[in-house]
Amino acid sequence: MKKYRNWGFFIFLLPVLLWLFLLIVLPHIDLLIMSFRFEDDYGELTWGMANYKEFFGEPIYWLTFVRTAIYSLVVTFLTFVIGLPVAFFITKVVSVKYKGALTLLVLLPFWVSELVRVYGWMILLRESGVVNHLLLKTGLLAKPVEMLYNDAAMIMGLVYTTMLFMIVPLISVLDSLEDELIEAAFDLGGNARSVLFRIIIPYATPGIVSGSIVVFMLTLGNYLTPNLIGGKNSLWFTEQIYNQFIASFNWNQGSAFGFLLLILSSLIIWLGLKVSKQNLAKVVQ
Amino acid sequence: MFKKMLGAVITAALMLTGTNSIQAETLNLLTWKDYAPKPLKEKFKAETGIDVKVTFSNNEEMIAKLRATRGAGFDLAQPSQDRIQSVQEKYKLYQAMDFSKIEKGLFIQSMLKAVEKNTMVKGKPHAVPFCWGSSGLIVNKKLAPNASDYSDLLNAMYAGRVSYRLKRPTLIGIAFAMGDDPFAKYSNVKEYKMLMDKVEASLIAGKGFVKNYWTNGDNLLQLLRSGEVHVAMGWDGGGWKLHAENPDIDFIAPTSGALGWIDTFAIPAKAKNVSAAYKWINFIMRPENAAVFTNQEKYATASKGAAELTDASIKANFQRSFPQAAIDNINWYPPVPANLEKIEGKLLDRVKSAQ
Repeated sequence: MKKYRNWGFFIFLLPVLLWLFLLIVLPHIDLLIMSFRFEDDYGELTWGMANYKEFFGEPIYWLTFVRTAIYSLVVTFLTFVIGLPVAFFITKVVSVKYKGALTLLVLLPFWVSELVRVYGWMILLRESGVVNHLLLKTGLLAKPVEMLYNDAAMIMGLVYTTMLFMIVPLISVLDSLEDELIEAAFDLGGNARSVLFRIIIPYATPGIVSGSIVVFMLTLGNYLTPNLIGGKNSLWFTEQIYNQFIASFNWNQGSAFGFLLLILSSLIIWLGLKVSKQNLAKVVQ
Repeated sequence: MFKKMLGAVITAALMLTGTNSIQAETLNLLTWKDYAPKPLKEKFKAETGIDVKVTFSNNEEMIAKLRATRGAGFDLAQPSQDRIQSVQEKYKLYQAMDFSKIEKGLFIQSMLKAVEKNTMVKGKPHAVPFCWGSSGLIVNKKLAPNASDYSDLLNAMYAGRVSYRLKRPTLIGIAFAMGDDPFAKYSNVKEYKMLMDKVEASLIAGKGFVKNYWTNGDNLLQLLRSGEVHVAMGWDGGGWKLHAENPDIDFIAPTSGALGWIDTFAIPAKAKNVSAAYKWINFIMRPENAAVFTNQEKYATASKGAAELTDASIKANFQRSFPQAAIDNINWYPPVPANLEKIEGKLLDRVKSAQ
């Protein structure tokens, strides 16, 4: 009996192990090895840390990383600020029968690919686009303005593309929040502000943290949105990795950048967990 | 009952996949957007039974894709002739062209010879020409009547109305506009780097005037079509396409010389269907087929006799943009030596991150 169960366990474990090993561990080992090799002055491949030194020695590289990380944090915070009221409205304010329909509305834009959504925004915001056209027609503007290709438009695009990943965990965590807790808080003299900061946010923290991790990682690793909406000033760290692989033919440097992105972003998340006193195992549940 | 149904479904599925694999002889073509027009794909399929599966790409991505698989996954690629030699020496992406399988008579001989010479590695040629054209300026003449050279891309007069690609042709063009000859410095990395430093400084100084760095052909055409951009660096074919829609917009050969390129056919090292690749080359280079391509995409081909079969507007385009002096002034890309890409890559990163 016991032997039989072990076999079953092993058969189900095998695909998981194969997946992890063949599709995740193996390619990363290859990249890791590549990142420690570089071409010396004679064009020979040698071992060394040169690719990592390059990152810290060349200000444009680490500054781009810092910029990417800070903007990703801003995007994460904005999705939280917008996502919490939306999730609260869906779970607590409207009647239960509309809840499904509203959740579906939040999901709907994600049925098309990110590229289509980004082009949608570009059609709206470009100088000869829909928004400018309306503003000109109504006389609010005398001359069309370019709304694309700046950081504000880029952040808006990133918030839009990642919103769902904040709202869904918030909905699931707020679902389990008993209405009585909020009512009791008001009965005991709380106001909207103290209820928000002392009841709702502390209760929703696991959802907030797991949503934030997903949004932060997706934003940090995004390539399309910064590139298309951000335009000429939007050097994102992923684009730098792409440039190393594609434009400079320097796969070794690109691999090193990839690993630095992995390590530094893990570090930021670890710090975030420490600060919010959350535990990764609990959050990802 | 259930078992029977399942059996029927499985046999039906097997039959379907079986017949599919017999029918579907495919040619995996790695090429630029628009290089395999639909009518030609259909005609080829009717003649040979081969499906052409197209993957869109550009020079840099073609090299990266083939390098990742060591030359597998595609049966035919179409890199520019200057991007073959050094890459081939370093990564061995392509196999030598077997000229006995190519109908040489279909090609304009001088062009065939030039590509043969420029893609020679270890005594063997690695490509044959397909089409050619040039990079220069696409200008909205009504709104920017005086734009005439690459330097106008950095001209404050056109602030906010300029677009170009943040790729090597722009660097080369700006270098020529400065009165220098980057091609002559290809062989001297040090001097080339000094020249590129100057180009970088002027690109950063002029960054404020750029509306956006365009990233693909459609992107560029849309910017010009909507009137958002008045002066752009682009390909002649794109400029002539827009001219057909709006006569104010046209391609201009810059005064310091248009940059001439030839795109080729090269067979990846591990191509599966090599015979289909040669069939496609011999098919599309036939004058009547090459003319279909030129009429639709406006690019001239290396097919002998195709020029007589193209529309009158194609000839008019060429005569309008290229008076004899401009033709003599074209700077043709020589093969790019290794190590330049690294210099240029870092430069482009610095321009993009500059404020």
